[in-house]
Amino acid sequence: MSAATDTDAGGTLAGYNFAYLDEQTKRMIRRALLKAVAIPGYQVPFASRDMPLPYGWGTGGIQVTAACIGQKDVLKVIDQGADDTTNAVSIRRFFATTAGVATTERTGEASIIQTRHRIPEQPLEEGQILVYQVPIPEPLRFLEPRERETRKLHALADYGVMHVRLYEDIARLGRIATSYSYPVLVNGRYVMSPSPIPKFDNPKMHMSPALQLFGAGREKRIYAIPPFTKVVSLDFEDHPFEIQKWDEPCAICGATDSYLDEVVTDDAGGRIFCCSDTDHCAGRVAAGHGPAAGDDR
Amino acid sequence: MYVAVKGGERAIDNAHRWLAERRRGDATVPELSVAQVREQLSLAVDRVMNEGSCFDPELAALALKQARGDVVEAAFLLRAYRTTLPRFGYSEPVDTAAMLVQRRISATYKDLPGGQVLGPTFDYTHRLLDFCLMAEGEAPAPAPEAQPEGDGTSPHVLSILDREGLMQQEEPEQEGEAAADLTREPLLFPADRDLWLQGLARGDEGFLLALGYSTQRGFGSTHPFVGELRVGEVAVEFVPEELGFPVELGTVPVTECEMVNQFKGSRSEPPQFTRGYGLAFGHAERRAMSMALVDRALREAQTAGEAAAPAQDQEFVLYHADNVQASGFVEHLKLPHYVDFQGELETIRRLRAAAADESRAEAAE
Repeated sequence: MSAATDTDAGGTLAGYNFAYLDEQTKRMIRRALLKAVAIPGYQVPFASRDMPLPYGWGTGGIQVTAACIGQKDVLKVIDQGADDTTNAVSIRRFFATTAGVATTERTGEASIIQTRHRIPEQPLEEGQILVYQVPIPEPLRFLEPRERETRKLHALADYGVMHVRLYEDIARLGRIATSYSYPVLVNGRYVMSPSPIPKFDNPKMHMSPALQLFGAGREKRIYAIPPFTKVVSLDFEDHPFEIQKWDEPCAICGATDSYLDEVVTDDAGGRIFCCSDTDHCAGRVAAGHGPAAGDDR
Repeated sequence: MYVAVKGGERAIDNAHRWLAERRRGDATVPELSVAQVREQLSLAVDRVMNEGSCFDPELAALALKQARGDVVEAAFLLRAYRTTLPRFGYSEPVDTAAMLVQRRISATYKDLPGGQVLGPTFDYTHRLLDFCLMAEGEAPAPAPEAQPEGDGTSPHVLSILDREGLMQQEEPEQEGEAAADLTREPLLFPADRDLWLQGLARGDEGFLLALGYSTQRGFGSTHPFVGELRVGEVAVEFVPEELGFPVELGTVPVTECEMVNQFKGSRSEPPQFTRGYGLAFGHAERRAMSMALVDRALREAQTAGEAAAPAQDQEFVLYHADNVQASGFVEHLKLPHYVDFQGELETIRRLRAAAADESRAEAAE
């Protein structure tokens, strides 16, 4: 592991290019990104590279971040909303080593945020880039396993099969039972997988001032939502889209408007709920908020 | 206050130190050298080079040592290294007919020009554990050497059938048409044969074996014969732009398998034999044979325009043959998923509450 800490004078990994990928590869990825931004929600095939981290562990997001990041960027990496989960630590360290960039845990301070499974609670601003790690980019994959078929369905904007699936939930269970990877319609044209974020986060994608980029390394696809783009979660007039709700506030900061993790505290059914977004939670505690029930300011 | 357990940098560092300790094992036992792995576990090295898509026995042996003998992990290490290498060009196609064969067998003819050469093979060994190997013995006495016939090269067995017009003609390479390269371009479907052969060449040996086996058991019947299996060194040539003629870079050991399969013919083609093709680095017969079976199955589907069995389904075969991708995605399930799981918990509790309300209402009626 000595090579991983051996850095040259520029603060990057000796023997490797800035941010690991060679410039030709970055250019190839940037081309795919430009196309993705030009056609919001469309999955652009790209020549994903073998990375030194495993497929399925964020290689798509890492390649997108590597293609976007510059020396002056400030990077935040979260997994499940938290900066200190093992894989977030590993990816943040990868860029600290290979690009020597500044890193932060504060949402507001970051110029690039790479995420797995969450969108930060604090609203993003113009100029920020949110990079999603995507396992299965195809929203229709579990309805149609063949890529040749799903590309055809997208080309024809033939999304009946997705509406039927949502309807079947309602017919069988009385409600739409999808709680994450909840499909969205982007810019009125492409049905897109928001990656496995909880549906709680879907509304944050709509008209966001930030640039949202999605990278799927193993499946070799990139897609994007440019700033201020319409993103609508699929639903029905009589069964409108709704997000998760909890009966209690965060046990640490008292927030009632954030996504909560359930933490099991004993083997007798004891549990507490606390913010999944650790920066949001810590920020509220620093501002004087506490576990007092009902304190949602 | 209870704080959710989350791994910090220190936990990761300590885990990796423990891993390094485990890799070394009992320190009173002498350490394995990379050269020992390269020389004495050479078939594992060959497999790592194939699945890692990189011919470098030294680095493959290093990867095996670093990966504690985990072949898939070693292939992953080699690929991650390979991806950083600049690509300065493509070699000329290797001429396997000019191979200096160490092993060459045909199941379709009793004898043939160049002869049958058993070579260093496990075939016909009786699989009895050799306890003598537990004692560190001397190097075995060298095997007797035979003089090769003629110039030592052997014509391809299938060229004999070809001369009689019994083999299906291969599509000749178009001038200026580069072979597909899935390490540089995204995998798109439908794939042509050059692309799927590349995908199979770096595919997981176990997966290829299972797919090939499935075609023998009726899932996409191929009726194969081993036309020829040959193992030996081939020259690799490269045309530097500034010279304009091929220069030999060196030789690599390869295993090549050509399967002969019956084809009953169609309206446009008379009955003939068709070829399933397999090629692998090093000595890798199981891999080359399995690859040839799957190649044939994929060709069958291409001709028929439909895939009747898993081994004939391009997307099924090519997406799932890559063990570095497959193991990454299967093992990513170890990563935290508690945000999604919380969403599922919330949904299932709501559904159950709604169901309970309903049954209470029914009971009250």
